[in-house]
Amino acid sequence: MRASQAVPLSAAQEGRIARRFARLKTADRGGFVPFITAGDPDGDTSLALLKGLTGAGADLIELGMPFSDPMADGPIIQASSQRALKAGARMRRTLAMVEAFRADDGETPLILMGYYNPIFSYGVGAFVADARAAGVDGLIVVDLPPEEDEELRPVAREAGLDFVRMATPTTDDKRIARVLDGASGFIYYVSITGITGTRSAAIAAVTEAVERLRRHTDLPIAVGFGIKTPEQAAAVVSAADAVVVGSSLVEKIFAGLDDSGAARAGLVEAVLGFAGSLAEGVHGARRGARAP
Amino acid sequence: MQELNTYRGGPDERGHFDAYGGRYVAETLMPLVLEVERAYAQAKDDPAFQEELAYYLKHYVGRPSPLYFTERLTERFGGARIYFKRDELNHTGAHKINNCVGQILIARRMGKTRIIAETGAGQHGVATATVAALFNLPCTVYMGCKDIERQAPNVFRMKLLGAEVVPVASGSKTLKDALNEALRDWVANVEDTFYIIGTVAGPHPYPAMVRDFQSVIGNEVREQIMALEGRLPDTLVACIGGGSNAMGLFYPFLDDRQIRMIAVEAAGLGLETGKHAASLAGGRPGVLHGNRTYLLQDDDGQILEAHSISAGLDYPGIGPEHAWLHDVERVEYVSATDQEALEAFQFCSRLEGIIPALEPAHALAHVAKIAGELPPDHLLVMNMCGRGDKDIYTVASEVGVEL
Repeated sequence: MRASQAVPLSAAQEGRIARRFARLKTADRGGFVPFITAGDPDGDTSLALLKGLTGAGADLIELGMPFSDPMADGPIIQASSQRALKAGARMRRTLAMVEAFRADDGETPLILMGYYNPIFSYGVGAFVADARAAGVDGLIVVDLPPEEDEELRPVAREAGLDFVRMATPTTDDKRIARVLDGASGFIYYVSITGITGTRSAAIAAVTEAVERLRRHTDLPIAVGFGIKTPEQAAAVVSAADAVVVGSSLVEKIFAGLDDSGAARAGLVEAVLGFAGSLAEGVHGARRGARAP
Repeated sequence: MQELNTYRGGPDERGHFDAYGGRYVAETLMPLVLEVERAYAQAKDDPAFQEELAYYLKHYVGRPSPLYFTERLTERFGGARIYFKRDELNHTGAHKINNCVGQILIARRMGKTRIIAETGAGQHGVATATVAALFNLPCTVYMGCKDIERQAPNVFRMKLLGAEVVPVASGSKTLKDALNEALRDWVANVEDTFYIIGTVAGPHPYPAMVRDFQSVIGNEVREQIMALEGRLPDTLVACIGGGSNAMGLFYPFLDDRQIRMIAVEAAGLGLETGKHAASLAGGRPGVLHGNRTYLLQDDDGQILEAHSISAGLDYPGIGPEHAWLHDVERVEYVSATDQEALEAFQFCSRLEGIIPALEPAHALAHVAKIAGELPPDHLLVMNMCGRGDKDIYTVASEVGVEL
C-alpha cells in the first residue's frame, strides 16, 4: 500500500481539532488535554468522568483504549487498563462511550489513544468507520511509528480522522521530517525518554524541544509524559500549544476506589476537581516563549 | 501454494516476512532500533566480528556441540535413526548463549555500557548474565514473579553472576510481562542500554539477528551428519516457544526441500482446554512486542495468558519468521501436552542418561509419536536445546516427590 497524500482540508471541512487549536490561538491561551482510560474503573464512572471533563476545563480530551500489554505506559496507566478490562471494557464499549459523550458535546475534540492490536483485531476499516461515526476526531497509536502506520493512517485520514504522530527526545533532526510527513491534527511531543507517569523533564529542555519542532512544522504542539502538577502544566504551555496530563489524573481515580476496587462516592467530583485545578494552571499561564 | 525460489530470503529491508515482523515500537525506541539494525548489518559483513564470534563460540561456549546417535531411543521406537543435537552441553546448559555472545559483541561495538534482558525459564537470563559478567557490563534481567517461583535455581545463578533480577508482578507475571517491562526499561535508558532479546521475536532486526546467531546449530548439523551418515537428514524436530532453537536448526536447511521440518508447540493441558501456549494452533495474527505474528488473544485483541509446564515455552506469541513459514507451509507446526513432555522427560533420562529440559522434552514427545512409523534408514535430528537440571523441582512436584 502506498501512502495517500494528505489533502489539505478547507476551512469548512476542518475538524474539531483544528478549530479548537485555532480558537486557543485567537484567545492566546494554552490548551489543557486530560487523559483517562475508557472504562476505568467501570463503564458508568468512566462516562461520568468523560462527560465532566469539559466542564472542568478540558480543551481537548484523550481517551485511552484499554490494552492488556501497554508497553509504553508506567504502572499507573497499566493499572487503569487492567481495571477497565476487568470491569468489562472492550473496543465496542469504548466507542459507545464516545457516542454517549458526543450526544451532549459537539465541540470538544476527542482523541483515542492506545496500541495497535485491539484496532487491528477490530479490523482497520470497521474501526475507522465506527470511530468516526461515534464522534472520534483523531488517533494516537503508540506502537505504530511512521515505518508501520501505512495500513491505518491513510484509511483514518480518508475518513476525516486526524492521525497524530509522536516526536520524542530521541527524534533527531534527520528523523523529524519522517515523523512530520503525514502527521495531522497536532504533534504529540513526548517530553521524556521513558514511560508515562514516571520522571518529569526539565522545563528548559521541553521549551527547547518545542522550539526546535516549530522550525519544522506549523502544526500545533502538545506535550505529554511526566507532567503532573498545575505548575508544571502551566510552565509547559508557556512554550507548547497544549499540555497532556494523564497519570496524575488517573492516580486520583485510583485514590477514589475502595478495597474491592469499586468507585467510592465522591470519586468523580474529586477527579474533576483535580482536573479543574490543572485547567486553571494551564489557562492562567503566561504565553511567553511562544512563537507569534 | 506457490513455490518460492528460496525460503531464506527474508526479511525485507523493512523487517517484514511477508505480513509478519516489522518494527511496531514507540517512537522513542525507533531511532535506536534503526541503530541496532545498522550496527548488526555492519558486523555481519565484518570478518573481524565473525572471527571474534567464532572465537568465543569455540573457546567459551564449547562449540561445536556433538551430534549424537541415540541408540537406545532408536531401538525403543523401532523406526527412524534418532540423533540429538546436543546444545544442552553448551556453557550455561542451553542454546541461548549462542545468541547472547553474538548480541553482546554487537552491544560493545555500539559502545553500550549496560545490558538488559527478559527471561522466562531463566536460561536466557543466565546466558545474558554470563556474557555480561564475561565482558564486565552491568546487567538487569526482568523475570515474571511466577517464573521466579518455579525457576529458583536459575534466579540464584543470575545473582551469582552479578546480575540484578527484577521481579515483574504485572499481567500474567510470566515471560510476556517480563518483555513488556524490559521494553519499558529500554525506552527509559536508550542512551546507554542494549537489550539482548532472547528469541527470534521483537522489532526488526532482532528476529533475523537472533536467527543468524542461532544458525550455528543447523550449520554444524549439516557438517556433522554428512560426516556421520554421508547424507543430509530427512526430518528435523525442535520445540518452539518464541522459536529461536527451531529457527537455528531449520534455517540452514530451509531450501533443502526434501527435508521435513517439524516444530512442536506447548499444548499445556491440551489445546481443547484453552490452557496452552500454542500460538499457531490456537492464535491469530496480531501485533505485540514490536512485531506482527500469531498471538493468543481474545476477540477484542487483548493478549491472553499462555500456559505451559515449561516456563521457556510459556509465551502467547511466536517469532514472525515462524508465522510466515507456517503460512507458506514450509514447516509443520504440531504440539505436545505437559503430560507428554513429562513422560518424555523421564524416559529420556532413563534410556539415554540425558536429563532434558522440559522445553526439548516437548520435541522428544513428538519424536516418540512419529519415529516408530518411519523406516530404519530415515535420519531424524532433534535439537536437545537445553538440559533439565533447572526443571527437577517442577518435575518432582508433578510426580509427587518432595525435594
